Amino acid sequence: MRILIQNGHIIDPSQGISGTGDILIEDGKIKDIKIKSREQIQKTRDNDHTDRIIDAKGLIVLPGLIDMHVHLREPGFEYKETISSGTLAAVKGGFTTVCCMPNTFPVNDNASVTEFIKRKASQEGHCTVLPIGAITKGQKGEELAEIGTMKKEGCIAFSDDGHPVMSSLIMRRALEYSKAFGVPIISHSEDLTLSEGGVMNEGLMSVTLGLKGIPAEAEQIMIFRDILLAELTGGRLHIAHISTEGSVNLIRYAKKRGVHVTAETCPHYFSITEEAVSGYNTNAKVNPPLRTKRDIEAIKEGLRDGTIDVIATDHAPHHRDEKMREFDMAPFGISGLETAVSLSLRLVGEGTLTMGQLVEKMTLNPAQILQINKGNLKVGSDADLVIVDTNKEFTVRSDEFVSKGKNTPFEGWMTKGTPVLTLCKGKIYE
Amino acid sequence: MKNKDLLGIKELSAEEINLILDTAGGFKDVIGRDIKKVPALRGKTAVNLFFEPSTRTRTSFELAAKRLSMDVINFAIPMSSVVKGESLIDTALTVQALGADFIIIRHSSSGVPHLLSTKVKASIINAGDGTDEHPTQALLDAFTIKEKKGKIDGLEIAIVGDIAHSRVAKSNIYCLKKLGAKVRLIGPPTLIPEKIQELGVTVFHSMEEGLKDLDVLMMLRIQMERQGKGFFPSTDEYAKNWCLTTERLSLAKDDAIVMHPGPMNRGIEIVSEIADGPRSVILEQVTNGIAVRMAVMYLLAGVKR
Amino acid sequence: MSKELMNKKDIDRALTRMAHEIIEKNKGTGNLCLVGIQRGGVYLAKRLASNIKQIEKKDIPVGSLDIAFYRDDLNIRKAQPVVRRTEISFEVTNLKIILVDDVLFTGRSIRAAMDAVMDLGRPSAIQLSVLIDRGHRELPIKADYVGKNIPTALTETVEVQLEEEGFEDRVILKKVEEEK
Repeated sequence: MRILIQNGHIIDPSQGISGTGDILIEDGKIKDIKIKSREQIQKTRDNDHTDRIIDAKGLIVLPGLIDMHVHLREPGFEYKETISSGTLAAVKGGFTTVCCMPNTFPVNDNASVTEFIKRKASQEGHCTVLPIGAITKGQKGEELAEIGTMKKEGCIAFSDDGHPVMSSLIMRRALEYSKAFGVPIISHSEDLTLSEGGVMNEGLMSVTLGLKGIPAEAEQIMIFRDILLAELTGGRLHIAHISTEGSVNLIRYAKKRGVHVTAETCPHYFSITEEAVSGYNTNAKVNPPLRTKRDIEAIKEGLRDGTIDVIATDHAPHHRDEKMREFDMAPFGISGLETAVSLSLRLVGEGTLTMGQLVEKMTLNPAQILQINKGNLKVGSDADLVIVDTNKEFTVRSDEFVSKGKNTPFEGWMTKGTPVLTLCKGKIYE
Repeated sequence: MKNKDLLGIKELSAEEINLILDTAGGFKDVIGRDIKKVPALRGKTAVNLFFEPSTRTRTSFELAAKRLSMDVINFAIPMSSVVKGESLIDTALTVQALGADFIIIRHSSSGVPHLLSTKVKASIINAGDGTDEHPTQALLDAFTIKEKKGKIDGLEIAIVGDIAHSRVAKSNIYCLKKLGAKVRLIGPPTLIPEKIQELGVTVFHSMEEGLKDLDVLMMLRIQMERQGKGFFPSTDEYAKNWCLTTERLSLAKDDAIVMHPGPMNRGIEIVSEIADGPRSVILEQVTNGIAVRMAVMYLLAGVKR
Repeated sequence: MSKELMNKKDIDRALTRMAHEIIEKNKGTGNLCLVGIQRGGVYLAKRLASNIKQIEKKDIPVGSLDIAFYRDDLNIRKAQPVVRRTEISFEVTNLKIILVDDVLFTGRSIRAAMDAVMDLGRPSAIQLSVLIDRGHRELPIKADYVGKNIPTALTETVEVQLEEEGFEDRVILKKVEEEK
């Protein structure tokens, strides 16, 4: 099967490419990529038996995006999402590789669950699924899980996401042990004793709504601890979903000191504040919680100066009934795969990031952290790419989501720019 | 009244608050007579949906509804289908299907009345949600103050005790500020959230400083059931520092009145001599509560859906 | 567009005559009291009381009655009627109550007033005194003492303006604006 993508503006940070040109795909791999001069663009190309020609004039062609932080909910919570529906939502959102977190049921803390996920993904998944294994058994934070065996079975990184590893001793051991297998430890940094019972950011709003708050310090204290342990052990630390100004400052400090730490944030942390909780909107209930304008500015600055390496979605789908209840009892999470690109493009529109920088955060950087050959358009790589129309008007309508999770605080938002076609291992989704 | 529901003081304008207080005056006359009933809301049904234990507030609403000639149903949550796992929304829709015109709800989670108000046609009256608000308490407190002092604008009023966990405190802060009073909060630092100062109140941690020249003292109950963790070392220490004693009361104005939403922990937040003394208006608050709740239901009944 | 039906002199003469009629019909002022219906009847009741005092040199008790809670149209009105005070500081049981109102129209306000009065006690009799009877009764209610009978159309309204409220004493007839 031969596919030609013509005259799109190709951006591939891994090769330093940014220009108009063509990409030729054959049998699910990238056969050729050619940046054209102005005269060459005018000439139409020979057909040489292509099965499909895609005209990408005026559109942007990117390597398929990588989402390092997704909850696919299978096994155990299929009523919220399945590997099939979640990966379909991913490709709709422009992602061709996703890493799924282990807080399933049973927890992915052993090779058989890893094997199940991989098998399901290869049978029903619409994109590449790389499982993230649990750091500790049952994610209880007490005993290390079989990291080596799980890596062999296919786990690409390890995290107890959903929970922090409260014990500094266990976190230390995890960072040390991980060095034998060259895998990153992804930290969900939260001091449970400070955040206990909290459901939104601690501030004036939590007081006037009568909701228990989670102080920014609950995140910062653990980030600092994790950074110090990473420095002590030399292990590879990746900090998940950072949300506060203080967190950005700590990571900046750590990187200056040469600590092996990387960090990610999510679109909601640079798009909306705690105001979104007004009226007890459970779709704005997320952990870490939405913060303040000041934090948004700091996150944007962190993205701009490279302190924050990755934009991931922390896609957390939930069933409608679960969110339509008392704020205290509703589960945390935002269904983010289908809004990520549109929200992230706003960073380019307002001048916070260049298009190239944005693409890096969603392709090259996650690929480097995970040490995978994805997120690039090199000849011979899998044909994973996404075509984005940066001028297309896009209104967020959760009932049009492909994901089972319709829980988004961005309902009705009108933005410009959205993926229009995704190619995953040569298969076209539009 | 603009809304079919009473969810909180936050959503009311000063005009609406004054309308409720004026109307309550008329109802206070009614409950002072031999025949304490009027046919105003005859044939309507009020349902008390209390997910938290309460005798006095529930009874007050029940009496208020009956005095307006309404039918009243008390939905006893511990014995009901909620224990069998029925969702909150299902319970509310069932209650509405039974013909409720008013649903009076008390729940331990903030925001529950707001959630229900969008799902049912009945008028939702918030009888206390989590640590958010208890609007009818604030209204009856305001009514009591206005009756005793003639006005609220410009008065120096202090709320004393566990502010952080008190929905009564929050509703009172909003209400008294809207009516032009100067509000102070007195209590241990661990029980007064720092950000609350942004609501325009002055915070004191010492009774001796905070009580000077006050017109009204509102004492709050120390809520044993809401706490557990490190807010203050012991009730003894709390009483020593923040209990309203006769000595401390003398720092306020000579005609200052003492209020308490009840039930009182005698000896911990207030001494018996004051609770039973001439400056206390605690029992009148209870009587006024019925008149104010009648006024609320009467006015909400007139809002077109 | 409005038309003046009675001026100050007309009102004063009517109230004087009505005071005489009350005393004549009740053979004196024994066990008599006046209760003005909020809002229109309150000041009229006070004036009648003062007229009666001038004639018989006797004080009779005067009270005011709010009927908001007893109205029969609470479900169909646009907003709840404003609640005013009921001030009746005397026992009504065994007294003859003369209800006083400004305009008698459908009779429903009077029905509500009678229900309200019955909840206060057991009067020995209730009589009705109105300044204007404009017809169009919907209930079997009749006034005992009438200042002036004025036939009206349903598209008109009768308004009584009094000095005590800051106007000049007069009664006017207005065409009702179409409710848009």
